[in-house]
Amino acid sequence: MKEFVILFRQPTGSYQKPLPEAMEALEKKWADWTGGIAAQGKLASQGIRLAYDGRVLKSSGVVTDGPFAELREILGGFMVVRAADYDEAVTLAHGCPVLETGGSVEIRPIYQESPA
Amino acid sequence: MPTSPDTQFLLKQLFQQEFSKIVAVISSRYGLAHVEIAEDLVSDTFLSATEHWTTDGLPPNPTAWLYAVAKQKTLAHFRRENIYAKKVAPALTASAELATSSPEIDFSPQYIRDSQLKLFFAICTPLIAGEAQIALALRVLCGFGIDEIAMAFLTNKETINKRLVRAKAKLRTEGVRMELPPEPEIADRLNRVLHIIYLLFNEGYYSRTQDEVIRRELCLEAMRLALFLTESELTNRPETQALLALMCFHASRFDARQTADGGIVLYGQQDRRKWDADLIAQGIQYLDRSARGNRLSSYHLEARIAQLHCLPGDGPDKWEKILQLHNQLLMLQYSPALALNRTYALYRARGAAKALPEARKLQLETNHFYWVLLAELLQHTHPQEAIIYLKRALEQARTIPEQQLIHERIDRLSKA
Repeated sequence: MKEFVILFRQPTGSYQKPLPEAMEALEKKWADWTGGIAAQGKLASQGIRLAYDGRVLKSSGVVTDGPFAELREILGGFMVVRAADYDEAVTLAHGCPVLETGGSVEIRPIYQESPA
Repeated sequence: MPTSPDTQFLLKQLFQQEFSKIVAVISSRYGLAHVEIAEDLVSDTFLSATEHWTTDGLPPNPTAWLYAVAKQKTLAHFRRENIYAKKVAPALTASAELATSSPEIDFSPQYIRDSQLKLFFAICTPLIAGEAQIALALRVLCGFGIDEIAMAFLTNKETINKRLVRAKAKLRTEGVRMELPPEPEIADRLNRVLHIIYLLFNEGYYSRTQDEVIRRELCLEAMRLALFLTESELTNRPETQALLALMCFHASRFDARQTADGGIVLYGQQDRRKWDADLIAQGIQYLDRSARGNRLSSYHLEARIAQLHCLPGDGPDKWEKILQLHNQLLMLQYSPALALNRTYALYRARGAAKALPEARKLQLETNHFYWVLLAELLQHTHPQEAIIYLKRALEQARTIPEQQLIHERIDRLSKA
């Protein structure tokens, strides 16, 4: 079993805090999807979800409020799953709630140094 | 002269209450390496009590009598063996036990309580694992006899004896001390202690033994131990109360889940009038009290699930809550039983069509409950496939009541 990071990306336009009722429904979707992966014993880490605002520091030293205007998609969070290979990791990523709102999911194996 | 039934009953009761206390006090004084001698001395004390009380009648204060005789026997033993000077004192000088150990054998309530708590933490050392630890806890903390433990584990006395000997040897060789863990470690070590209580309870609740008395005793002992922990500020943490709540809710269904001849009554078929309302009320109290601090333990989640199971009504709303709690639990820890229960909750909340693909992903082919679950989901749409799965479950089921239940389902589906 290898470990893969699943990164959630949201389209910029949809990235705003939902209303409380919508929030609850969304929470449930996330819990169902994550619970389904955990029920297969394949959740390595719940990871983190990122808040709805942020700051960006650029090489020029300028700090701006969020990267949102310049990017098509922004990072919403990540989790870590255990899977035999890419195919299985991608299968687990199916059903991720960001896909329903036009977002995308990036699947990346965790870099492991080859044993000496 | 035969012992009167009253005296017999009192002796049994006192043994349950006092065994662990006296063992704890002696071990506090002489060190955990002598826990086995402590056990023998206490058994010997009760033997004397049986003899004397039968011929001379009950003493005015039986508990004080036991403490006095236990003390006498202990002092005599260690004097005779000259163990104290040769072995105990040198070991004690080197340890923190000296600072906390009383020069006398002290049966004050405070000293008993402290000793029991220390013994509790010592027995639940991470150095001993698995069934040996539960057997040791049953013997030393609950005063169970070897034959009772053997019955609980569906094995023979020799096996249990071997486990106990190994566990006690470990206590000696690793130099496990009768002391409380330092404050920063308490939370971690308490988790271990709570886990042992949880296992003890489960051993009773889902026991392999058919002996109903032993099963209830195991559960009661687990609850007693948790209750004991709530009486000390050090160990009365939200997790402790959540665990106690969980056990109250489960225990409330004890009468309802068993048929007169020892069969299993499934949750859906249980007579709710047989649920113990007092235990449920107590469970709710402990669960309320456990709702503080900032850590949501698995015991909190499990207690909440168990409480929902104690509520009347069986609609999708209730099962939706149970499903969400299982999602949370699974994110804390995975177990095949949790995965199966989560999928069952999904089925009850949202229907078989939604649950079936999730069930197939579980891949628990060696677990007979997996086949039972798949059969349940397919019973209306694909009864033939369901029967095939039930037959696989039948091959894997280990206990007779389980096999009976599966047989009944196969019969029902075959006739439909």
